[in-house]
Amino acid sequence: MSIITVKNLQKSYGKVEVLKDINAEIKEKEVVCLIGPSGSGKSTFLRCLNRLEDITNGHVIVNGHDITDPKINLNKVRQDVGMVFQHFNLFPHKTVLENVTIGPIKALRVDKASAEKLALELLVKVGLREKASSYPGELSGGQKQRVAIARALAMKPKIMLFDEPTSALDPEMVGDVLDVMKQLAQEGMTMIVVTHEMGFAREVGDRVIFMDGGYIVEENIPEELFGNPQHERTKAFLSKVL
Amino acid sequence: MDTIMTTLPYLLKGLQVTIYIFVIAIIIGFLIGLLVALLRLAPVKILNWIGRAFVDVIRGTPFLVQLFFIYFGLNSLPFISLDNTTAGIVTVAINAGAYFAEIIRAGIQSIDRGQTEAARSIGLTATQTMRYIILPQAFRRMLPTITNQSIISLKDTSLLSIIGIADLTQQGEIQASATFEAFKIWLTVGAIYFVIIYLLSLLASYLERRFELR
Repeated sequence: MSIITVKNLQKSYGKVEVLKDINAEIKEKEVVCLIGPSGSGKSTFLRCLNRLEDITNGHVIVNGHDITDPKINLNKVRQDVGMVFQHFNLFPHKTVLENVTIGPIKALRVDKASAEKLALELLVKVGLREKASSYPGELSGGQKQRVAIARALAMKPKIMLFDEPTSALDPEMVGDVLDVMKQLAQEGMTMIVVTHEMGFAREVGDRVIFMDGGYIVEENIPEELFGNPQHERTKAFLSKVL
Repeated sequence: MDTIMTTLPYLLKGLQVTIYIFVIAIIIGFLIGLLVALLRLAPVKILNWIGRAFVDVIRGTPFLVQLFFIYFGLNSLPFISLDNTTAGIVTVAINAGAYFAEIIRAGIQSIDRGQTEAARSIGLTATQTMRYIILPQAFRRMLPTITNQSIISLKDTSLLSIIGIADLTQQGEIQASATFEAFKIWLTVGAIYFVIIYLLSLLASYLERRFELR
């Protein structure tokens, strides 16, 4: 059963058409990796899935709600869709614990004590229990990104979107973040990951989507897409990054 | 020295009036500024326009003209009767409000878009995002410029003596003409303003440290 259905999605900024005609189905518990050259539209596509970008045309159905419907309560839909950003976007004026609890407390109206209990469990999970009272400015990039993952998970989302989560990290920090993501995938989280980590896509992805020029050019299970790409553009891209 | 000691009680009485007017006007002015800044940033054209028109009109006219318009101009209309203290507070509040509006708008816009995106992505509403995520960060960045504008507004209150408010400046004039000691009196008045403004800037640097950017 599909938890996300994308039909004829188009996205333009003024006259520039970034997404031309995207059609996709994402199944529950599936881990889908989006790869492609920069400017191919993969980040924009991801950001359309929780409507951080306004959608020019087409339909995106998330968890049974058509989020292109102007009457939809986006705040409600977004509670089920966690997002992790390339630049973390932690709240610098709040402690790590407050970063993780603010969503449940303000958006879900959970009481402070249970929000903190859950937050501490999640911080244990991402290996940062001892940083609960630190401020984001005191953490390394990899630690920040793991807090950002905990912050998203605190809303108990059904879907997690990752927008190049390791691109802004020092190489030695990448592994810690990918390990947390791997664990999430094993626990059955539905994940859509824009990434340049081909190793991660190959190992953890159930499916890899290759995008170029605002279209989905090719999609397949990782072994096939990496081992036996069908399109010239896929071949050209993979020959450069692998 | 005798002149200063005998006139000081009167000058300090004037100082009380100055501080009273300043504190009330600056609080109202800040609220006006916040409201106008939000109008200017609202996703509705007509609201942007109203906010912008307010800022342009207040910034584009002299303080004294605004004071005369409110005290003499409005009071000449039927059904309106403002005493001079009220008119003074309103003028300082509106004037500071326009400048605060620009300071607050710039402060809000200086916060990275990613902060809004992150807040909205965990399901916070636009209002919650503004209140819990954007404004606290923007406020810290705005503090030095807010201090600056507050000091300017405090000094603007000395113009209120013109409409007969018994503030520090007005008391200075009274004492100077009563004692014929203009040099000593105005030196003292200047020193009192300086001390108050110095204390204000100390308070501001305390606040800046207290809400240090992390």
